[in-house]
Amino acid sequence: MNVNEISQQKIDTSCRVPLLALFGGAALWLVVGLTLSIIASLTFHAPQMFADCPLLTYGHAQPAANDAILYGFCIPAALGVMLWIFARLSQTELVLPLVPVVAANIWHLGVFIGLIAILIGDSTGFMWLEFPRGSSVLLFAAFLLIAVSAVATFGQRKERELYPSHWFLLAALLWFPWIYSTANLLIESGHPVRGVTQAVIGWWFADNLIFVWLALVGLGVAFYFLPKLGERPLQSSHFALFVFWTLMIFGTWCGIPQGAPVPAWLPALSSVASGLTIVPLIVIAIIFVKTVCGANTNCKGGPFCYIKFGTVAFLLSTLMLISSGCPHFSKIVEFTWFGPAQTQLQILGFFAIVICGAIYELLPRVMGFELPFPKFVRVQHWLFMLGIILLVVSLAIGGIEQGLKNYSLESSLPFLRVSTTGLLFLLLGSLLFAANIFVMTFKWKLALIKSVVAYIKSPLETAEVKS
Amino acid sequence: MKNGFSVFIAAFIALGASWCGFVLAPVLQLGTAKQTTILVSGDTYPVQRTGDATLGLQVYRANGCTACHTEQIQQDGVVFDVVLTAAGKNPVVVSNLISTLKLTGLTKEAADSANDKITTVGGKVETHLIPTGRDIPRWGIRRSVATDFLYDSPVQLGSQRIGPDLADVGARLGNADWQLLHLYAPQSVVKNSGMPPFHFLFETKKIGDAPSPDALNLPKEFAPPAGYEVVPTTEAKQLSAYLLSLRADVPLYEAPFTPAQVSTNVPAK
Repeated sequence: MNVNEISQQKIDTSCRVPLLALFGGAALWLVVGLTLSIIASLTFHAPQMFADCPLLTYGHAQPAANDAILYGFCIPAALGVMLWIFARLSQTELVLPLVPVVAANIWHLGVFIGLIAILIGDSTGFMWLEFPRGSSVLLFAAFLLIAVSAVATFGQRKERELYPSHWFLLAALLWFPWIYSTANLLIESGHPVRGVTQAVIGWWFADNLIFVWLALVGLGVAFYFLPKLGERPLQSSHFALFVFWTLMIFGTWCGIPQGAPVPAWLPALSSVASGLTIVPLIVIAIIFVKTVCGANTNCKGGPFCYIKFGTVAFLLSTLMLISSGCPHFSKIVEFTWFGPAQTQLQILGFFAIVICGAIYELLPRVMGFELPFPKFVRVQHWLFMLGIILLVVSLAIGGIEQGLKNYSLESSLPFLRVSTTGLLFLLLGSLLFAANIFVMTFKWKLALIKSVVAYIKSPLETAEVKS
Repeated sequence: MKNGFSVFIAAFIALGASWCGFVLAPVLQLGTAKQTTILVSGDTYPVQRTGDATLGLQVYRANGCTACHTEQIQQDGVVFDVVLTAAGKNPVVVSNLISTLKLTGLTKEAADSANDKITTVGGKVETHLIPTGRDIPRWGIRRSVATDFLYDSPVQLGSQRIGPDLADVGARLGNADWQLLHLYAPQSVVKNSGMPPFHFLFETKKIGDAPSPDALNLPKEFAPPAGYEVVPTTEAKQLSAYLLSLRADVPLYEAPFTPAQVSTNVPAK
């Protein structure tokens, strides 16, 4: 083992505790979120099911499921991956490693309080902002703490030149606190803004979180792992810079639905912006094809496959977003299942898969031992792929059908049943993910306890020998 | 992108621009919105909801009704109908002329020219403005506009129509008993409804000395066992009051239409 490998190992080890704290809770929330999603979709199979149980009716379970997956899984898991990438790119150990550990616990506590609040009817009533004030404050504080550790690690970097992933991830660190504080202060505070302005800010927030933030982080992670796993440099960083600028500039203006009861310039501007988003999309496709096609890695359902699938899902979900910004097509699909299909493709098909792939790649290095169930990685990849295709394709076609048939629920019911099957596959996959993370954490804790016990025992023994 | 600071500036400029556009500008444009006047009648609109209805909005929010229902009626455009109100001195000429003209679903220009032709032969006509779109008249009369939501917090526009739009439900289905029956057992009033029943907003209790005046009048297959009655809780009554208060049925400057005329032949009730 040369000096280089030892220092690499030190860097990985420094991330161990914060990453476990972030990933452990995230894996749990992914399982909880998908379970709630299935419970919510049961309403379409048997509407009477939860007549006497307010906690689990569709209006409670569906927002809780969405938030559990986005705030519970996506964001903390991504923050963990970000910390590791910052440490690796900086070639330095994680700075202030205890801060993200504390932050991870605050974050997961916030998610827990928020989910309970939604289930007992304390949601704020705004999509993606359902968490009540107390829980939002916890999430905001936790994010800032993790950002402090990430930026401090970034500041210690040995190589001054920035890598493309740096741009995307640093921008994401600024993006979330800004949009989250704006939305919460203006909508959820004691004196919220008036009338439809609330809705406009809600849409602005949702677009900036689900489209822009997830894209920044997901692409930042993909641009780190695709060249690494494909053993071929990113093609090229000039294109990546172009994507970085155009994605931020156009992406942040999408999100106001066509035909919303607001001044007409707002949806018109959004429509233009979502049309222009095709520009970064084409360049991302070029980067992806040029980087991946030359790679001679056979992925066999491993992390490389995860990240490839995720990037393709991003391209498709953005195409869906652009299409629903077209005035003619939006007339058909507005208010139908097409919207949730796009969101699920973005969150589960793109982001969750990229992050799961990244975690499977980095976790064995961080922990210093192999995954307990390496075969699950491949099985989960197939389950996720199948689940996402069933879920998204059925919802998208069901949405168009529903739109063409004047929003009749009966026309979309068969598609909703298929989508429940998709969710079941996703839940199975997430159980495998959780099993890997939890068993790994358990093994590590067991080893830790053993070494502590050994440490306590050893001085006693020497003392006895001496006497 | 040479250093972290330039990345920060880039993100700041991009997000700052959209913050000014989609947060600051709407706050400036709509934040000081005031009540407006209804076309024709000149009354003030909107008026604050009643206390029960305001509390009902919170029940609506708490139960996540917005996951399945929107409160925004969409409109494609408007058409004009020309309606004859008096035939004048030459009824035969006017009726002959009318039989050759298209009088419904016209553009503004076509309506004006028809109007001119009929007026020149002595008939009296009115031009009616009629909004069009697939939500109209099924769910409402005109499109929803920002003014409709002036007093709501949280504004529950919704994004999905798993169930029908509710922007004008108070005008469409304005009966409190119907609303309560529908909340307790949707299938009892709407066949094949996919809406889940909200039993937890009601109380099933033993009938005391006399049946409660609030008890629901349920059809047999949805009724509680003999000797029991279903009584709405306060929350159910507030929610129903809120639903009844949802009305977007007055013509406004930004969403004009010609209100249906009350026929003067019918004696006032």
